[in-house]
Amino acid sequence: MIRARNLEKHFKVHKRPPGFVSAMRSLVRRKYEVVKAVDGVSFTIERGERVGFLGPNGAGKTTTLKVLSGLLHPTRGEVEVEGFVPFRRQTRFLEAITLVMGQKSQLIWDLPPSETYAMNRAVFDVPHAQFRQTLAELTELLDLAPLLDKPTRQLSLGERMKCELAAALLHRPTTLFLDEPTIGLDVAMQVAIRDFVRSYNQKHEATVLLTSHYMDDVVALCPRIIVIDAGTLIHDGDLRQLIKTMDPDKRVSFTLTDGIPEDAIAKLGTVLVRDGQRLTIKVPEREIPGVVGQLLGPYKVADLAIEDPPLEEILRVMFGKSREARDLVDNGAAAREAAG
Amino acid sequence: MSLSRTLRALPTLLRVGVAETVAYRAEFLVWILTTTLPLVMLGLWSSVAAEAPFRGYTSAGFTAYYLSTLIVRNLTGSWVAWQVSEEIRLGAMSMRLLRPLHPYVAFASSHVAAIPFRTVVALPIAVILLVSSGASALTTEPLQLAMIIPSLILAWVITFNVMFMLGAIGFFVTKTMALLNLYFGMFSLFSGYLLPIDLLPWVLRKAAEVMPFRFMLSSPVELMTIPLDAADVATILFGQLAWAIVTLLLALWVWNRGIKRFEAVGG
Repeated sequence: MIRARNLEKHFKVHKRPPGFVSAMRSLVRRKYEVVKAVDGVSFTIERGERVGFLGPNGAGKTTTLKVLSGLLHPTRGEVEVEGFVPFRRQTRFLEAITLVMGQKSQLIWDLPPSETYAMNRAVFDVPHAQFRQTLAELTELLDLAPLLDKPTRQLSLGERMKCELAAALLHRPTTLFLDEPTIGLDVAMQVAIRDFVRSYNQKHEATVLLTSHYMDDVVALCPRIIVIDAGTLIHDGDLRQLIKTMDPDKRVSFTLTDGIPEDAIAKLGTVLVRDGQRLTIKVPEREIPGVVGQLLGPYKVADLAIEDPPLEEILRVMFGKSREARDLVDNGAAAREAAG
Repeated sequence: MSLSRTLRALPTLLRVGVAETVAYRAEFLVWILTTTLPLVMLGLWSSVAAEAPFRGYTSAGFTAYYLSTLIVRNLTGSWVAWQVSEEIRLGAMSMRLLRPLHPYVAFASSHVAAIPFRTVVALPIAVILLVSSGASALTTEPLQLAMIIPSLILAWVITFNVMFMLGAIGFFVTKTMALLNLYFGMFSLFSGYLLPIDLLPWVLRKAAEVMPFRFMLSSPVELMTIPLDAADVATILFGQLAWAIVTLLLALWVWNRGIKRFEAVGG
């Protein structure tokens, strides 16, 4: 179980305008600013849950993951992961968790991944038999066999990421913090990693907290999402429910083989995308059967798909609202200050 | 991580450490070869003492001293400060902190794994020393000879502790390069690396006696080159042991204070 209560993490940041003069001035007097990377976030995640942790760049996602995995000391608030206080980094805590960062490597750069695996086995004190079995499983699931004895520096990004995942899971952790695990990977590799994370979660009843800029990762893996913006929590709940609440209309995409009168299209719904004969329209959910009937009856349709609105759109609206709310609070505070 | 568990992990850590050293062999050799300052100093002082001994040091005495210094420096020098401070600065320390093994032990084991390769470099120097005029100035006292290895081990430990501590200062300052340069200046002067401590002016000599630098380099060299009685040998070794403990505690104290400030940048 993961529990965060009023979690705050602040950083002191040296601020300096560009240019030679300000560089010289900063030698004598430095200006610092406190940045609230995480500002009072609370949530609880039960064992075995898969949760997407979303937010724009700089929202505080990675900082939160680093606090939860014990790399950072929180400025304020309480954090508990599997019954441990993360920043104490007790051995049993480190055995229970793993953190995979798409942009950081734990593999020894000039040695083959098998050497990192051997080192992790020793450090995590994994019995040899269990190590062999886990490595065999991971090798099969991630297709690692051709990669194990190649120096890490000679692996492609996708190959390295698969090896990173294996290194992170050899000790069979039960809490997985995954920070952009599919960044830079091609679609096939992204799907492979998603499938793997899902099967690991089911097999080991592992808790997964995932950040990703690829919404497909989140939609495919996480029934629940937590959204933060500017360090504060703006949503915590079921992904489908969020989509329904924010935008209850469906997206109907179809490709026509013949023409269709413009007024007929307008009657079907609001056109969102039109690319030659390919159209995407927005239709209220209850009207879907009627619209599909109207389309498939008189017109020739090559393909048709009914989908939820893309999560990207939902989040864009959410972040816009969150920003407006923040501006409102800031303006109110400024007005109160000006009024004395 | 418990001691028994660390000991169980040690063979694998050492094996991986050896593999790493082999992978970085060129870089490693270049690093070793940069420690040639004693040879320059040997050239200088040999010419000074060519005609007559200088404050008790003959030409052979200087040869023995500086070749011994070169051997000790090759076997006990440490670059861990650069590794630690760079990993802190670039955020790479994060991945190390996720393992249930104190980074002190992780770095120490990889440095111990490099010792066989350092010996390969040190051995030819030792052969040159034994066939050169310097051989006549080496000790033949059994007690001193027996204590050279323990003294080398303690010198390695003190040096590693000090360098680990300097690297951990990277938690408090963005770049530690200036600090490391300052350290190297003090080390060169007070450890006997530039010239034997007994050739230093009185004030500096007294200062050298209370600082750790002497115990990082000069102590094993003194055991190799200066006739000492049993009390002197004991003083050297107990001094080294005391500094090994003090520097270990200091290194861990700085680490523990610093880790709270770690920002785990990047990623």
